[in-house]
Amino acid sequence: MNVVPKRTFAQKYHLKTVSWLVVFVVLIIVTADLTEVDFGMFFANFGQFLALLQQMMHPDWQFTHLVVAPILETIQMALIGTTIGTLVAIPFSVLAARNIVKNKFFRGLIRFILNLVRTLPDLMLAALFVAIVGIGPVAGVFTLAIFSFGMISKLFYEAIETIDEGPLEALEAAGANKVQLVVFAVIPQVFNYFVSYFLYTFEINVRASTVLGYLGAGGIGVYLQRSLDQFAYGQTAVIILGILIVVLVIDGLSNTLRERLL
Amino acid sequence: MSGQITSHTGMSVKRYKWLFWLVIVVIIYIWGITGVHFTGIKDSAGEVSQSIISGIFHPDWAYVYDGSGEDLISLIFQTLAMAFLGTFISAILSVPFAFWAARNGKKRWHVRSTSGKLVLTLIRTFPEIVLAIMFIKAVGPGSFAGVLAVSIHSIGMLGKLFSESIENMDLGPSEAIMSSGGNRAQTLVFATLPTVLPEFLSYTLYRFEIAVRSASILGMVGAGGIGTPLLFAIQTRTWSRVGIILLGIIITVTLIDYVSGTLRKRLV
Repeated sequence: MNVVPKRTFAQKYHLKTVSWLVVFVVLIIVTADLTEVDFGMFFANFGQFLALLQQMMHPDWQFTHLVVAPILETIQMALIGTTIGTLVAIPFSVLAARNIVKNKFFRGLIRFILNLVRTLPDLMLAALFVAIVGIGPVAGVFTLAIFSFGMISKLFYEAIETIDEGPLEALEAAGANKVQLVVFAVIPQVFNYFVSYFLYTFEINVRASTVLGYLGAGGIGVYLQRSLDQFAYGQTAVIILGILIVVLVIDGLSNTLRERLL
Repeated sequence: MSGQITSHTGMSVKRYKWLFWLVIVVIIYIWGITGVHFTGIKDSAGEVSQSIISGIFHPDWAYVYDGSGEDLISLIFQTLAMAFLGTFISAILSVPFAFWAARNGKKRWHVRSTSGKLVLTLIRTFPEIVLAIMFIKAVGPGSFAGVLAVSIHSIGMLGKLFSESIENMDLGPSEAIMSSGGNRAQTLVFATLPTVLPEFLSYTLYRFEIAVRSASILGMVGAGGIGTPLLFAIQTRTWSRVGIILLGIIITVTLIDYVSGTLRKRLV
């Protein structure tokens, strides 16, 4: 006497799926309208796009030797920016960790500040810092410092929260104060994670720093903007190739080091 | 005796390994610090930062909504629309790339998957604002160029994440369909896609969060959204306007992150 279980009306006609689909289609139509999507124009002007790509396919190799110095400057900016950001992030991440700071309100406040910092996109920070400190790599360093501070402090406090509580309790039982607790129980446990996250953030910052110059914050981005403004797409191609090589090399190095660390 | 000596030297080599790394790190930092030309900080820096902070605390509320279509709310919605549509197109385009780049089996090198991964890396590294500028040449300045830039750039990351979830997929359902006589198309439709779909959706939502941030700055090169008035306000030093736009972006990004995070938790 097997009875097929009765399905409710909603199940029978897949109401949930259908309504999600309707919402989705409406969203697509509305957003396409808001952003003035016009694929007709896209295909009509596709020739121009292809012509641009074709110019990019012929890199201006004579430009290469001019690109090396700003690319190195970009890496240096990323290095210093990431380091400053990390140094500032360390105390903040300790203060935001659940197992170190027991005061819920204070911890929440610190996390709130960190969340606010993380919402700001990199180019926006660059535009602000160019207005504050002026055109040049210093603005880039500040931008990357703030940008990496937001990212790294979150990674760090999550790492701190996963540590083994044993050493903490042992030191506490022996009468250690908070500073001693952090130095002798927390840092030795998370040091490798810290270095690994530092390298990871450095990778991201190298990528980010290549375009910061577009708004005047130093590095290769300045040349990128100049070549695009002068319609010298052969030069743009050389710069993009340079960025590609640097990003691949830095990613490779950092991945090898991180694999050895963890 | 000699064994003891070698082990002793081995120990001391290990003990001084940190010194080797320290020297390398110090050299890298000396190179880094001497490399960045300290162009100085403008004398007005303190003044400007004060104005920015006071601008954030005294935002230009009149800009929030004035019905012109060029106000904060309209442009934030336009930014969100750019991110949404761009991510949607990108998610569809990423699926074939993901199958191209996914490794099957344990082989580390494979012509198909290695070439696919390389292409995805190339797309990922190509700066998004350069893409936006290229699309502006094709479709003119405006948010459509931004949509196209987001949809092409996101393939790099989505394709990679999708291909990884295909690689780590549970093969049980596919084998079940095959063993009951399903062909390859049926295996794809009834086993592979349903298995990976929740993860695909979750990654797409995650990428949408990132796209909101990048759509908000694409306007700085003329590709629509809130970035255009922001850059204009910074350049004309209208700090109360900068303040309200920053507030708008912070609130939007926080909200989107929260909603998307909640949805993702329910998905996987």
